[in-house]
Amino acid sequence: MSDYNFAYLDEQTKRMIRRAILKGLAVPGYQVPFASREMPMPYGWGTGGVQVSAATLTPEDRFKVIDQGADDTTNAVSIRKFFERTAGVEVTEETEAATIIQTRHRIPEAPLSEDQILVYQVPIPEPLRFLEPRETETRKMHSLEEYGLMHVKLYEDISQHGAIATAYAYPVKVEGRYVMDPSPIPKFDNPKLADCPAIQLFGAGREQRIYALPPYSDVVSLDFEDHPFEASKADHPCDLCDARDSYLDEVITDDRGGRMFVCSDTDYCRTRQAQGHLGAQLAARQEGAA
Amino acid sequence: MQTEALEGGFPDAPLDAARAFRAAMNAMARPGRIETLVGAVPPAPLSPAAGALILTLCDPGTPVHLAGALDVAGLRDWITFHTGAPLVGPAQAAFAVGKWEDLQPLDAYRIGTSEYPDRSATLIVEMPELTPQGAVLTGPGIKESTRLSLPDVAAMRRNAALFPLGLDFFLTSANRVAALPRSTQLEGN
Amino acid sequence: MYVAVKGGERAIDNAHAWLAEERRGDPAVPELSVAQIREQMALAVNRVMTEGSLYDPDLAALAIKQARGDLIEAIFLIRAYRTTLPRFGSSAPVKTAEMACERRISATFKDAPGGQVLGPTFDYTHRLLDFKLAAEGGTPAAPEGEARREATPHITGFLNREGLIQTEDESDETPPDLTREPMELPAARALRLQALTRGDEGFVLGLAYSTQRGYARNHAFVGELRIGSVAVEMEIPELGFAIEIGEITVTECESVNQFKGSKTEPPQFTRGYGLVFGQTERKAISMALVDRALRWKELGEDDQGAPAQDEEFVLMHCDNIQATGFLEHIKLPHYVDFQSELELVRKLRRAAGAEEVKEAAE
Repeated sequence: MSDYNFAYLDEQTKRMIRRAILKGLAVPGYQVPFASREMPMPYGWGTGGVQVSAATLTPEDRFKVIDQGADDTTNAVSIRKFFERTAGVEVTEETEAATIIQTRHRIPEAPLSEDQILVYQVPIPEPLRFLEPRETETRKMHSLEEYGLMHVKLYEDISQHGAIATAYAYPVKVEGRYVMDPSPIPKFDNPKLADCPAIQLFGAGREQRIYALPPYSDVVSLDFEDHPFEASKADHPCDLCDARDSYLDEVITDDRGGRMFVCSDTDYCRTRQAQGHLGAQLAARQEGAA
Repeated sequence: MQTEALEGGFPDAPLDAARAFRAAMNAMARPGRIETLVGAVPPAPLSPAAGALILTLCDPGTPVHLAGALDVAGLRDWITFHTGAPLVGPAQAAFAVGKWEDLQPLDAYRIGTSEYPDRSATLIVEMPELTPQGAVLTGPGIKESTRLSLPDVAAMRRNAALFPLGLDFFLTSANRVAALPRSTQLEGN
Repeated sequence: MYVAVKGGERAIDNAHAWLAEERRGDPAVPELSVAQIREQMALAVNRVMTEGSLYDPDLAALAIKQARGDLIEAIFLIRAYRTTLPRFGSSAPVKTAEMACERRISATFKDAPGGQVLGPTFDYTHRLLDFKLAAEGGTPAAPEGEARREATPHITGFLNREGLIQTEDESDETPPDLTREPMELPAARALRLQALTRGDEGFVLGLAYSTQRGYARNHAFVGELRIGSVAVEMEIPELGFAIEIGEITVTECESVNQFKGSKTEPPQFTRGYGLVFGQTERKAISMALVDRALRWKELGEDDQGAPAQDEEFVLMHCDNIQATGFLEHIKLPHYVDFQSELELVRKLRRAAGAEEVKEAAE
């Protein structure tokens, strides 16, 4: 295998992270401070997720890493390779075959199962941070359940733009208690946080926080009665697999305004194409070739 | 120190601890679910499951309280040798292990602070048996509801009422473990 | 036609190969050895050791070579390596009063026991490019004098004897370890000093400068700056006493700052403290000034709202490894987030457009 300890981290560090994960699961949505280590990759590039994965992996796991929904983005490739080397675990690109999925910015389209763990990379774990930069203040606000500032911010959006102007990292309330940052997933993914059969773990390395959602947790996106939360995506089917229910990336194809929409979840798109689903642009190309 | 204290650790610590943690995490994430914990062979009367939890989670940074019948030289030595955890009274403990009656009173343990609810003790309760019967559990980690044999429903319900503060429990018997975090709501008795 | 980009792995491998080639530069030019960097780029090595929190000149030199001279990248390499090292124990506090000084100056007294020793400093060099160095520098030799045998007492000790400077409380308490525990605020002074030693030299320098220009001005003088080697001792439990395990070179700065006093307490000077590895005096002086500014509460001063007084601001932003990681991560793909904002902006614009049409019709 390698000269490193299993999954790179030393045992004492893993124990410290494991204890934080257990407390995070016991108090859903609460950010547990942990002594994040300096990893051999930069802060901001997934060190929190990597440490949570390292403390969670067993030799029997099948590990998948996605960034922006895709397995083949460079940082996903790099993290996958890191664990292949240091933990010797099997890796996969198939969502359904994976037991642990580390993700940056997306929740896979395929429904997760009870046998899976989703590990999120989190840049700024504090949902109140952009309203109040001081940790000493936001910690107090969480302890007092003082979330008025967040509602004021969302309401100011409505009065200025006519709608809530948060499109990703859309704040949620967990089990009626803690307001939580779901990491910068598009708000399209927010409904998947709730009532999810899988364990969801969140790791923020630079900010030294771990938090968690046990399976089937109650997770509500913040909204107002007259402005209910809306999970939105590009109003378009996937041009490769014709999916109408998946989150889409917009790809610019030429400099004359040409564009196409494709699934951000590459495994979902590939699986659908293999099942014979055909998007408009892929169909056009096949026709052209015939 | 008896040679017994030097034995019974994880044969392959990184891998055994990883597997044991997965079982412990699954238990804590899905209150009431009974998982298997193997790999540790602690001296009697500690159960293998409780032994595996201690090896997986305890070290010099986590003071441990051995309650009642567990506070015996053989076990003290075993924990000191394998984990380096300091042995302390209930008030300083990050982990406490013992039979339910020996762990009393519960208000002796740390329940966290409103700013740091994670700074609370985890109690490992040694049970004669562990069955999916008895009190009805609902809350995070539980699809609809589930059942688990609990030592004292009223006391655990009082603990849950402290949420987000409170204690978290592992319940162990032989090589089986279940968990009851402070977030679980309880019905029945 | 768009085709999903594959081969991220090959792209990464190729990038690394190119990087290695660029690192070496023109193969016609002899390759730098680690020893050359250690000996001839010593101040860069010192900075990497200080901010990397690891006293090992050879490893620091290797990191500088690997990082192509990017010191923050080199500090990163050292930090990541340091985390993997097992910890055998902790040393006793070093005794800087027993330092074998190679440089020792005070701005507050013309002379004092131990004297003013300039040592190897740039201070009075005229900053004229020395074109002789562009050829071969040769092996210059400096005149040698007698080494001072006895210990050099601290300047602040003289002031303290008269009660003219605030006394620092001594403590045997084990300081918290920034690298093993999450930062908790408010922080004790020991933790603040640790963070400042590891902090980015440029950031700490900028903050210190801001205090001199009036953002929480504290009238600092360099009470003493000393550079030299000190013994590192470690208590060996089996032996029951401390033994010397090595020697390190450090720079220590004690600033003497504005006095304070009240009706009950006679006026007294106050102090700030800086300690770093190697000869790294700009950092040590900067650190002392920022340390002093952060002590406003303890010394009963007003919060002027100055950046250098703001503990959370200073401690959460002084670490260049954290800062550079997060800053540079915006290079990573964010197109999912960007797409979600694109949708939102388009939707808001459509809604605004419909509103205008409606108003025009009315």
